[in-house]
Amino acid sequence: MRYAAILALLVTPAFAQGQGEIWVTNEKDDTLSVIDVATLEVVRTIPTGERPRGLTFSHDFSRLYICASDSDAVQVMDPETGEILHDLPSGEDPEQFVLHPDDRRLYIANEDDAITTVVDTETRSVIAQIDVGIEPEGMAVSPDGRIAITTSETTNMAHWIDTETEVLFANTLVDARPRHAEFVKDGTELWVSAEIGGTISVFDVATQAEKAKIRFEIAGIHPDRIQPVGFELTVDESTAFVALGPSNHVAVVDAETWEVEDYILVGRRVWHMAFNADRSLLFTTNGVSGDVTVIDVARREALKTIKVGRFPWGAAFRPAPGDPA
Amino acid sequence: MLRQATSIVMLGLWAGAAQAAIEVPVTWLRQEVAHPPVLSNLDEIPQDEGRAGAELGRDDNATTGRFLGQDYALETVSVPEGGDFEAAARAALARGGLLILDAPEDAVLAVADMAEAQGALLFNAAAPGARLRSADCRANLLHTLPSTAMRTDALAQFLVQRRWDDLALIAGQRPEDIDYAEALRGSLAKFGLKLRAERDWLDDADIRRNAGQEVPVFTQALPDHDVLLVADEAGDFARYIAYNAWTPRPLAGSEGLRPVAWAPVVEAWGAAQLQSRFEEMAGRAMRPRDYAAWAGMRAIGEAVTRTGSADPEVLRDFILGPDFELGGFLGAPLSFRSWDGQMRQPIPLVTERAVVATAPLEGFLHPVSEMDTLGTDAPETLCAAFEERS
Repeated sequence: MRYAAILALLVTPAFAQGQGEIWVTNEKDDTLSVIDVATLEVVRTIPTGERPRGLTFSHDFSRLYICASDSDAVQVMDPETGEILHDLPSGEDPEQFVLHPDDRRLYIANEDDAITTVVDTETRSVIAQIDVGIEPEGMAVSPDGRIAITTSETTNMAHWIDTETEVLFANTLVDARPRHAEFVKDGTELWVSAEIGGTISVFDVATQAEKAKIRFEIAGIHPDRIQPVGFELTVDESTAFVALGPSNHVAVVDAETWEVEDYILVGRRVWHMAFNADRSLLFTTNGVSGDVTVIDVARREALKTIKVGRFPWGAAFRPAPGDPA
Repeated sequence: MLRQATSIVMLGLWAGAAQAAIEVPVTWLRQEVAHPPVLSNLDEIPQDEGRAGAELGRDDNATTGRFLGQDYALETVSVPEGGDFEAAARAALARGGLLILDAPEDAVLAVADMAEAQGALLFNAAAPGARLRSADCRANLLHTLPSTAMRTDALAQFLVQRRWDDLALIAGQRPEDIDYAEALRGSLAKFGLKLRAERDWLDDADIRRNAGQEVPVFTQALPDHDVLLVADEAGDFARYIAYNAWTPRPLAGSEGLRPVAWAPVVEAWGAAQLQSRFEEMAGRAMRPRDYAAWAGMRAIGEAVTRTGSADPEVLRDFILGPDFELGGFLGAPLSFRSWDGQMRQPIPLVTERAVVATAPLEGFLHPVSEMDTLGTDAPETLCAAFEERS
């Protein structure tokens, strides 16, 4: 009770009303939970297709794309009404995807098929299917839109796709079981997390050469349990937050020196994360404990735990209507 | 470290140009054995047990190999009962020095000791006995199937965690039951559990029809216990003990709560994907021997990828070294013990319907790897063959 009061003091004055929402997929409930950033409460629960995992909004936030893995579809939802407008031809078992800067092409990892499918969201047709390694999962696209990345969990590679031709132009080894990829620092670096390897590999995008490896170590937790999955960078890209799976911690990493500065205790088996609009709050999905931890980015502290559905997996931010994205 | 970085960069280049192809020939070699009859007719041992796992491992390797100019070829050879296993092994070794063996331990040992096998790399994917991992270990022989002791240690950890300290045991009389009971006794002693009583199962009746009469009487004399352990590795009688024992106690061991290398109910940590890949290919569920053969194939693939070599000695050194790790869908990276060649692996404790727990369980600590709380650890090993080489 007292905690809640302090929280109210901390949080309420800092923000105006209508601070947008965090949308979370619940893998084992076939639902989305929508968290109001202002109140830090679940305000809507919306049914989806089977086993929703990756999710992303169109650039104007008028459409939500959802990987409904067991429905073998990418669903397109109107986020206002929660209505499924139509399905996209996604290939089998879509797990994650990334929306190209053209706001039109979706690059989809088909986990069971060792394929990356490129879909035109306007014509709702498949543009290309690209053979990649086994269990493709992590997806990224460079800010200039020229390179898309698929990481494959069993092949342990990042596959570099030329988006002009939709053909692979490089394949680079990473550590065991890569899960997530992001271009950072204006697309000059590619970061790839490896769950079983316990590392993040940093690649120089121009040469596709590995330039650094980030490692993690938490006192009292066995290295085998420290399994990096999702990660996000602060607005100035000086600091990265890395979800470390069943170690139940999020690492805070200096994105310049690649040194780990801090570890924040969150819920159990932390997967992915999303920031609010000004990146002052970070929301992590905790798969096993079925909740979302809210982290105060400046203080590097967990503020609150929010109960969502079973096995929350992905998270995405949506601004309040009328707000700038 | 620097050398490794260089080789990774080089591999990256090959990926584009697909030059300098590496040929990786592997043989999966089985000695067929007679399966003695069991009471129930429910279970069928698939003809392709083990082989299907090796084939899936080959396919998984080939997908990576496609990007790196590696060409994996798998030959599968099954020697009929009474056939000349050593001749088949000799022929396989002439093709290449990478073998996955699905054979009884004497046959495995005979191959490991052949002159042609010196410098080869053999994976034991079917023999769980202690002997091949202790006094009769061989430097060219690694084990992807867990030892029986690893499995019984996993069960013992669970019993400790639940504080089910008092145990009774019913043991079958087949050789594999005797080995399993022996491993169980060792695990109970290791983890400070008490075996209150032990009875031998004498299979001289068809208890499919009269388990309700025989089993209560048979178990009536057992002293108080928390869990009834059964050693019945062939799946003969133990299924009829459940619900018919004199006292209502859970079963564990070969029936009830079973410590296994792999089971269809393993689904966490991405295992669902491996299961569905396997089912799609083989048309059945993946079994422990399939998993062991798959892991052998994948260990080869991972080592070839990271070293850029197909030389068995280079692969062996890398696999036994500190940089080797293999994603095995069990929640922790698989690696190999440098003192006896056994693969470190978590052991799921399963029922027919679910994974109850996965060992090593929380709280069983180890200075190197918690997985080394399962089976024979370095200080207690009787294996000497690995000392001089690694």
